Amino acid sequence: MSAGGNLLFLIALLPFIGALVPGVMIRAGRTACATFTAVPTALALVMLMILAPAVLRGEVIQAEIAWLPQLGLSAAFFLDGLGLLFAGMILGVGLLITLYARFYLSSKDPMGQFYTYLLLFQGAMLGIVLSDNILLLLIFWELTSLSSFLLIGFWKHLPEGRQGARMALAVTGSGGLAMIGGMLILGNIVGSYNLTDILQAGDAIRASDWYLPALILILLGAFTKSAQFPFHFWLPHAMAAPTPVSAYLHSATMVKAGVFLMARMWPVLAGTDAWFYIVATTGLVTMVLGALIALFKDDLKALLAFSTVSHLGLLTMLLGFGTQAAAIAAVFHIINHLTFKAALFMTAGIVDHETHTRDIKRLGGLRHLMPVTFVIGTVAALSMAGIPLFNGFLSKELMLEEAAHTTWAGNPYAVPVLATIGALLSVAYSLRFIGHVFLGPARDDYPQKPHDPPFGMWAAPALLAVLVVLIGVMPFLAQDIVNAAASAVTGTEIDIYLKVWHGITPALYMSILAVIGGAVVLWLHRPLDRAWITAPRPEAKTIFDGLVAAIVGLSRGITEATHNGAISRYLAIFVVASVALGVIAFSGGGLTAPTRAMLPVPSIVAIGWLMLVVATCAVVVMHHARFQALVLIGVIGLTISAGFIYLSAPDLALTQISVETVTIMLLLLALHFLPKTTPKESPLALKLRDGMIAVAAGVGIGALAYSFLLRDISTISAFHLANSYEGGGGTNVVNVTLVDFRGYDTYGEIIVLGIAGLVIYALLETLLTGPVARRLRNSERVDDLSRDRHPTMMVVVTRVLMPIAVMVGIYIFLRGHNQPGGGFVAGLVIAIALLMQYMASGFAWTQSRQRIEYHTMIGWGVIIAGLTGAGAWLVGYPFLTSAFTYINLPPIEEFELATAMLFDLGVFLAVLGSVMLMLYSLSRLARLAGEKTNTDAMDFDPADRITDKKAGH
Amino acid sequence: MEFIIASAVGVLTAGGVYLMLRLRTFPVILGIALLSYAVNLFLFASGRLAVNLPPILSKYGDASYTDPLPQALTLTAIVISFGMTAVLVMIGLAAFLEADSDQINIAADDTDTKTNKDAAQ
Repeated sequence: MSAGGNLLFLIALLPFIGALVPGVMIRAGRTACATFTAVPTALALVMLMILAPAVLRGEVIQAEIAWLPQLGLSAAFFLDGLGLLFAGMILGVGLLITLYARFYLSSKDPMGQFYTYLLLFQGAMLGIVLSDNILLLLIFWELTSLSSFLLIGFWKHLPEGRQGARMALAVTGSGGLAMIGGMLILGNIVGSYNLTDILQAGDAIRASDWYLPALILILLGAFTKSAQFPFHFWLPHAMAAPTPVSAYLHSATMVKAGVFLMARMWPVLAGTDAWFYIVATTGLVTMVLGALIALFKDDLKALLAFSTVSHLGLLTMLLGFGTQAAAIAAVFHIINHLTFKAALFMTAGIVDHETHTRDIKRLGGLRHLMPVTFVIGTVAALSMAGIPLFNGFLSKELMLEEAAHTTWAGNPYAVPVLATIGALLSVAYSLRFIGHVFLGPARDDYPQKPHDPPFGMWAAPALLAVLVVLIGVMPFLAQDIVNAAASAVTGTEIDIYLKVWHGITPALYMSILAVIGGAVVLWLHRPLDRAWITAPRPEAKTIFDGLVAAIVGLSRGITEATHNGAISRYLAIFVVASVALGVIAFSGGGLTAPTRAMLPVPSIVAIGWLMLVVATCAVVVMHHARFQALVLIGVIGLTISAGFIYLSAPDLALTQISVETVTIMLLLLALHFLPKTTPKESPLALKLRDGMIAVAAGVGIGALAYSFLLRDISTISAFHLANSYEGGGGTNVVNVTLVDFRGYDTYGEIIVLGIAGLVIYALLETLLTGPVARRLRNSERVDDLSRDRHPTMMVVVTRVLMPIAVMVGIYIFLRGHNQPGGGFVAGLVIAIALLMQYMASGFAWTQSRQRIEYHTMIGWGVIIAGLTGAGAWLVGYPFLTSAFTYINLPPIEEFELATAMLFDLGVFLAVLGSVMLMLYSLSRLARLAGEKTNTDAMDFDPADRITDKKAGH
Repeated sequence: MEFIIASAVGVLTAGGVYLMLRLRTFPVILGIALLSYAVNLFLFASGRLAVNLPPILSKYGDASYTDPLPQALTLTAIVISFGMTAVLVMIGLAAFLEADSDQINIAADDTDTKTNKDAAQ
């Protein structure tokens, strides 16, 4: 990457880095804050100036860091003439605005925040104009919407500010969404998201079937951003922002982003009829309409806002013409509009600041009180009117010249006439700005006695006003940058000579007509204004608010209809939708002929099947009696385990049978607190509906399973079978898969199980400290319990069984690698052995003999499994690679030592800890609910009773 | 045999869905348990059915084996479905103890769980 490329990155980054500064510097005072805000902007501007000569020579500076090349995403920037023009505008006006805002904002405003937002916005804007990747451009595009939202709503206490900010965000944001679609289509046509590649592929894009959709979507983004009719309404409402924001965003930068985009895409999208009719027509309508409304606005900033709308329409129209001369005029007018409009906004801000009103009808005669402001405002407004010797005149002449040659749908007069009307109205409102604010007699009823502001406040607009005159008199000063930018827009080398006098042309007549007509219209302003006020006209804000209310109402309707708090309904909708999708998939055809023969059905299997079906139906019918339903669930689970054994899945059978046991215990424990019966409250219609849904789901899944089972698929299992012994060191392929091939899955799974245990524990802790605990303590739940809660026989048998069960667990664990078994099953078996002690002798007795906390056990399990996996790193293998060796240790037979065994130990501990934590948490509740705690092994110890009797005698 | 398994999956699903659509927590939990059986059985069966071919490697000759991968996945699924059932049970229990009602739906006219107490009685 060249040195220039590095500078380019820095320019793009500086505002974002700088955004951190104001928040810190505000503690050093307002002037220091403003100064330090200006530093990153000034630095970036200096760097831009360093790059400028090369760009003006026609070079293009590029810089790229590949980020996600697979997705075509890279941090790519480039700087050509157009980028240079806009970047210069953004940074230059940014500096002036920083200075102006320092004096404009009052001491009550959080200035640090303001400057941070301003720099964020500046960075986003720079990103748009410098991006060489359209995806990156889209990100910056959205960033400008967001940061402008913050800036427009800066005065949070004003409802107009909040509403204006929201409206701007809604309009420009939705336009941005449309643009994302358009840009993706473009990228798809070209096969690259690089702007420089796309700009080379204009012919392919214009020939594509997707050209029109892409064009419309991109234009939606550009039109909303640049406030083109019918999306123009947000801009006047955004005027609730502080004036520096209006001057920066709504004259110089953000609203020009749409124009920039159209200019940027000009070589690719322009030149077709669709482009001409959409863009030029929209621009023309916006220009005339904006100028017309501006004439009748009494709020200074609203007048300027609609004037901006009008001028943006002018730019759009010029770009829409699709000719080179029009593109040159557009580029030149971008510069001119920036200079006079930013100056005018700042002037309006000064007037507002000094007189405390922006209502034109309450102003007038300020010429005597604010001479400096008057001069600046007049120069800028005359330029806006297009009076000779000011720069607005030059670009307007170019525009009128182009309009004069443009035929619209076969009509050679439509465009020139409307353009002249637009120019005429522009003259009228510009003169009104001068006449009704500054001229006339001085009044004595201003809300505050005005005088000229301090130098710092008028310095920025004054500088712009000087530029207005300089360019107006010596247009060749702007020639280089106009040529460079226009070359970039059109994609061809352009070298024109800008001059003040073009000779006697049609444009000159149109111009003269416009100036005279404008003066006449202003003279007639009073009667026209009355007519305008009485005339019916649509209020954009009302329409917008109505639209928003309708959308909110619609989404609320949908939400409340589908999300009404009834889980049953969501589940029903979910099941029905899934079934419907299944039906669609099934009816799509494409089901091949069965490839597998059916296995025979021995009678014992048929009996098992019958048991399962009957038990399931019985659960459904009898679920109101909850204990019975639990028993039936147990039957189903056991039948399924038997099925696993029959169908060559011994590991699954072991797991299922032990899980079944703990599940039933868990549900029994829960049932201890829950009502023992379910009330019969579903109406018949509901039952029928649910029955139908259930049968549909069952038939669907059954059919799916059936057609699935009769067809072969290619699997990766051959690898597991082939490598289980050589690679994993075990003959039980299921276990080797769990602890080796798919050890990462298993690792995740034991963590999930551990979390489930901890969730239950945490839930219970909350319950035990809340109001529920008090209620439980006072409850009488012990009536229906057996008198002999810890029967002697059970205590004795479980004690005897304990070592046997533990030994079985250890055996199952050790054989797991080669025979059915393993950590999962062993953990469950030991858990059952421990639970038997809880059942036989009660909570407290068992608890007092417990050595290890279950949380600790879960933790150790996960740690051991993780460390075993990480151990592979030490010898340079990936995570969870296992190793094994065979050891001959007399007198024991040769046996295997595998790290997988250690991993399985982790699984074992995590499973044991989780299961115990879950059940033990539930039994803690029981203890609270008034059950007597026992520290003895059994309630009626035979030995004790004898001693009691002896003592009694 | 294939039909047996497929129909068992179907019946379990139907029962599970029906219970899942009930109005109290306990039947819903039972329904989800039935659905878990159905899903686990389906997962397991996706390795296709085989009798007497357990995936335990044998030293003698090149025996054939059933597909081990679905079994491994189903094994963890069984354990995880237990964990899920346990969490559901605990949530249902906590909700019942808090609100003194085991209805799962918020009444359409009010969202205050306190008033569900009346409905439950």
